[in-house]
Amino acid sequence: MSLMDEENGVDGVGDSAGELDEALRDYRLSVHAWSEAAYGRARTAAAAAAPNWRLAAGWALGCVLIAGGASAGVWGHHRQEMKAAAARVAEHERLAAEQRMQLAREEDEDLLARVDSDVAREVPSALEPLAQLMAADESRYERNQKKSSSSSF
Amino acid sequence: MAAGVTLNAMRMTTAEEIADEEFTAIVTRHRARIFRFLLSSSRDVDLAETLTQECFLKAHRNWASFRGESTAMTWLMRIAINLQKDHWRNRRVQFWKQARTYAVDVNEAGEWLPSGERSAEQQLLARERVRQVSKVVAELSERQRSIFLLRYVEEMELGEIARATGLSEGTVKAHLSRAVTRVRAELGEKR
Repeated sequence: MSLMDEENGVDGVGDSAGELDEALRDYRLSVHAWSEAAYGRARTAAAAAAPNWRLAAGWALGCVLIAGGASAGVWGHHRQEMKAAAARVAEHERLAAEQRMQLAREEDEDLLARVDSDVAREVPSALEPLAQLMAADESRYERNQKKSSSSSF
Repeated sequence: MAAGVTLNAMRMTTAEEIADEEFTAIVTRHRARIFRFLLSSSRDVDLAETLTQECFLKAHRNWASFRGESTAMTWLMRIAINLQKDHWRNRRVQFWKQARTYAVDVNEAGEWLPSGERSAEQQLLARERVRQVSKVVAELSERQRSIFLLRYVEEMELGEIARATGLSEGTVKAHLSRAVTRVRAELGEKR
């Protein structure tokens, strides 16, 4: 007599009862098998908890180290970039200063050139007309001398 | 006087040691069965493992008060049922939890069925029947489910179930009858 028949004798005959008994038996076997598998697995999981914890801690430490290394690298890179930028700014300022100096030099040179040209300009002498007259007289005298000498021969 | 105190202390230590040994034997003998009941009832491996541990912890704390009026198994099962009841009562998300585990159970219940010496077709039919029973069990009330599982999975006697659940045998029988009727209806519908 099955478990079913004991307390449910009313419909406990025929195909239906047989099928029900079979279903309940299969269900029991299924639960037993599932439980055995889960029971073994549960204890394995409990034993493996410590290594998992250690693994997680290892991962966490690794992540911290990697993050630290990466941030140190980033910081180093940032500092290098700052230095390079400062150097670029300094170079730019140096060039600008040189340009300004060059411009100032050129302006000074222009000014001096203008002063020189103003100072060195030849002004017409007040005696120049006289000098021209003298030069004309001298040439006339020379011509006369030449004529007189030629007639005496 | 001092010798008497020492003797008493030794006696107590010995009694404690014996009790510990007895309890260890009880754990070894019944742990798998308690776990199985909690697993089939909750359909959650982690929860079943936790409640099993709680059950034996509680049993250990109260081991001295166990008078042997029922078997150790019945006593342990009663603790397990109460723990489970408390757990579900305290869960605010009970509905969602049930919905989730139900979905898992219906999909997987038949997968654990040993093949035995059945043909492929018979195995398929058996799996389908196990799925149907699992579905009904998941839909039973907590009390009906406990009684059904104690009877058809743990194969406990009605008197034992009554003692474990704190109900009368008549009530146990009534709950069982309703549960079986639902299983039969489910199997009949799918035929």
